Amino acid sequence: MNHYDTIIIGGGHNGLVCGTYLAKNGEKVLVLEASNELGGLAATREFAPGFKASVAHTLFQFSDKVAKDLKLASFGFDINTSPMANVSLNVEGEHVILEGWGASSTLTGVSDKDAEKYREYQQLLKRFSDVLKPFWLKTMPRIGSSSFKENLTFAHLGIKMRMLGKKDMGEFMRVATLPARDLMDENFDSEQLKALLSWDGLIGSKMAPRSPNATILALLYRMSGIHEGAHSLPIGGIENLVQALQTAAINSGVEIKTGAKVNKIIIQADENGLKTNGVELESGEIFTSTRVVSAIDPQRTFIDLVGVQNLEIDFVHRIKRLRCDGYVAKLHLALSDLPKFVGLDKPDGRMVISDELDAIEFAFDDAKYGEPSKKPVMEIVIPSLSDPSLAPSGQHVLSAHVMYVPYKHKDGWSEKNKAELYERVVDTLERYVPDIREIIIHGELLTPLDLDKRYHINGGHWHHTEMSISQMLMMRPTYEAAQYSTLIPGLYLCGAGSHPGGGLMGGPGHNAAKEIMKTKVKVNS
Amino acid sequence: MKSNSDMTEAYIDEQLKVTHFHPRSSKFNVRDAWGLWNGFKFADYYYDVDFEYFCVRNSCGTYDICPMQKYYITGADAEAMLNRMVTRDISKLKIGRVTYLCWCTDDGRMIDDGTVFKLGPDSYMLTSGSPCIAWFKKGAFGFADVKITDMSDKIAALAFQGPTTCEVLKKMGLDGIETLNPFNFRHFSLNGDSDKKLMVSRTGFTGDLGYELWIAPEFALELWDALYQAGEDYLIHPYGEFATGMLRLEAGFILPGLEFNEALKTVRFQHDQTPFELNLGWLVDFKKPHFNGRTALLKEKEHGPEFTLVKLDIEGNKCAEESYLYNNKKLDKHIGYITSTIWSPVVKANIALAMVQTKYLKGDIWAEIYYTKEMRPHLKVAKCTLRDKPFWAPARTRAKPPLPI
Ligand SMILES: Cc1cc2nc3c(=O)[nH]c(=O)nc-3n(C[C@H](O)[C@H](O)[C@H](O)COP(=O)(O)OP(=O)(O)OC[C@H]3O[C@@H](n4cnc5c(N)ncnc54)[C@H](O)[C@@H]3O)c2cc1C
Repeated sequence: MNHYDTIIIGGGHNGLVCGTYLAKNGEKVLVLEASNELGGLAATREFAPGFKASVAHTLFQFSDKVAKDLKLASFGFDINTSPMANVSLNVEGEHVILEGWGASSTLTGVSDKDAEKYREYQQLLKRFSDVLKPFWLKTMPRIGSSSFKENLTFAHLGIKMRMLGKKDMGEFMRVATLPARDLMDENFDSEQLKALLSWDGLIGSKMAPRSPNATILALLYRMSGIHEGAHSLPIGGIENLVQALQTAAINSGVEIKTGAKVNKIIIQADENGLKTNGVELESGEIFTSTRVVSAIDPQRTFIDLVGVQNLEIDFVHRIKRLRCDGYVAKLHLALSDLPKFVGLDKPDGRMVISDELDAIEFAFDDAKYGEPSKKPVMEIVIPSLSDPSLAPSGQHVLSAHVMYVPYKHKDGWSEKNKAELYERVVDTLERYVPDIREIIIHGELLTPLDLDKRYHINGGHWHHTEMSISQMLMMRPTYEAAQYSTLIPGLYLCGAGSHPGGGLMGGPGHNAAKEIMKTKVKVNS
Repeated sequence: MKSNSDMTEAYIDEQLKVTHFHPRSSKFNVRDAWGLWNGFKFADYYYDVDFEYFCVRNSCGTYDICPMQKYYITGADAEAMLNRMVTRDISKLKIGRVTYLCWCTDDGRMIDDGTVFKLGPDSYMLTSGSPCIAWFKKGAFGFADVKITDMSDKIAALAFQGPTTCEVLKKMGLDGIETLNPFNFRHFSLNGDSDKKLMVSRTGFTGDLGYELWIAPEFALELWDALYQAGEDYLIHPYGEFATGMLRLEAGFILPGLEFNEALKTVRFQHDQTPFELNLGWLVDFKKPHFNGRTALLKEKEHGPEFTLVKLDIEGNKCAEESYLYNNKKLDKHIGYITSTIWSPVVKANIALAMVQTKYLKGDIWAEIYYTKEMRPHLKVAKCTLRDKPFWAPARTRAKPPLPI
């Protein structure tokens, strides 16, 4: 039987990134993917005859380092594609539009005061995100570690913060854990602008504008990309990124098997302790390896695949208690024509429906008690505008992230309450796109539960596990598993549930590979 | 403002509970010397510590273990769940057998010790000194078929210990009790009535021949009466916590709060112990599948524990209560401390359990003993000798059948 140096569970982008780094380092790598296609939440799939979409619909933080290291450009992926406009929709057509990115961006639809304030705000956040940027691609120090090298990372952060100067450093400490609402209120008047700017800190989390926690940190995390968090769609769409990653993997010698759902991580226990030496598929097929790297979420990795009998009791308790419930649903519409948004020439931006900041808060209020929002808020893109291959000629795909839709419906999800939610979401859309119902050929709404089932993502969670302070940095997903290695020798994590977190970035995959290469004896290619 | 009577209302739940044997045992408590154990009124002693001690060593006595915690752990995954939690391998335990074991935190610090009874193929009874259900439930997560039932109040239990106990039980009508071997248990009928199931295990905490009797609460008093009637000529008498403290020390058994600090209740870093520190390394089985604390314990085994619990024979007769231990008579280097000590009447020696830094075990050990004579303080530095074996371990404890007295 074939023996591998490393088996990677999950062919999402992180699994592919990690595997490629290891293969480039001379390892024999096998990636096992449960679905029939690669890419995980970024996979593009046909949801109606001739119409395709991916759950993740834009890029905003893909790591330029990963793109460069893996030579993704040579495989057709262009990270530099200019970002799309950020639009906060208004029923009357009085939109707030943020175009471009960083210092050269232009903001329209707000007062002069807000526009001026925005410069200041944008630059402050930029300074903060620059401080954090190096840490997203680093292994976090172990809690209580006395290792000089590990603590250097802390020292480094300290120095970076000192370099901000006294005032900014104070501001950083103040702002980092502020509720989004507070930061917006102290800067802006326009409710639409506040909603637009808070949006990226909130989406994917179980947090709303008034939640104190990590929403601002999440914004800063997203700003680590080359466009400072602005959204873009590469030529050929998200599919193009997945294609490039796949080619990079195959070219560096990674073996890939799809339709290969791992059921069990094989743990060998003897007098010297535990170690992993392979995996067993749902089909019963066994693959052996020196190392197993899980690119799926931590909860399923440990509880389902490793099994609690191989783990410590309090550790399992922490894994079990991870916050993993997703709150974003996905809407895909197959449209016979380009939708006409009131007051918008061309819907080629990233459009947010939330006329005021409290609309997000109220939407959250319903969801935290297990009900989908009565007045959902959402972000929309028309990916077929930049990637015509997603729809038959002249036709289009509308892709929307809908907040907040709880993973656990208080009455349980049923076809009926899902259909109701779908209607509610389309009704909402209709206020901004009056002709929408006439052009819908087919529509699907994927609740977090649907995402869980279809993409094997625990809780259907954007980041696999919530990006809250308790589960970030050296606590991600929890201590004793936050440095990619785990309590079981040979078993590593490299998915969105590890530092730095989710979003199409490649951070966890990159960091885990570095960590593995650091600790292992080099294998010859 | 609330009236006084209202204020006492608030504390009504704080009142001590009484055990199933209380209506009988309280009659013996002529000194009203009550302490408490797990919220139960519990006798420190009934009449006199030494008297009770000698009852057990010379004939027989009963010790009310109703306050001890008892849990049923049942289901197809009960064995797997337990084996992951405890450090010993229980997969080979046969039905009808009991074994002593302990369980540890993730870091290998001891939470508690206890005994496990294999009641049936998928059914165990686990006992522990302190409530532990929260930990057991945590440890059961992820096992599909395990049920944990707190039986503490639903089983009346009485330890019956001493050299004449086999005879007394025989006299009480437990036919064949002499064939019950150590660490085995069997079911009998109380007073010949098969509806009154009495479980008897040959277990105990005194290091001598002895049994533990387990019965449904409604038959508790009937059991007491039958036992006391059968034991009348043997001077059967209840003994309390203080006598137990002496008896178990002679047997070399440990107690929470003295030898070890229950890890889940320990506040200060590493002010709890590992099984290796407690000289319970034999309870840790690295050959079995994974168990909680394994990695930490393997490390501990490799490095050797910083402290080791030892048995000491201390010269003289002055009680070394809470004494510091040193490496020489000049008290140069502090190397440990006494955890429990008594003058042992049967061994006729000044005995103790002590925690000593492992690296000093090869050298001399001296105890710094402060004592008073008619209120005047005195200091004595006494030489200590390590003892490997329990101070009290008569052959009958393990004999099959137990020798006639
Ligand atoms: C609704 C939604 C919208 C999002 N939109 C965006 C967006 O627009 N832009 C963005 O950057 N990010 C977005 N995200 C976040 C982003 O998609 C994820 O954070 C990212 O996909 C995580 O990548 P990953 O490689 O760690 O894991 P995943 O992409 O989740 O991949 C994990 C892979 O493992 C496979 N797998 C699971 N279990 C097994 C098993 N037992 N055996 C074998 N294989 C298994 C799965 O099938 C899957 O392919 C969105 C997330 C959600 C939920």
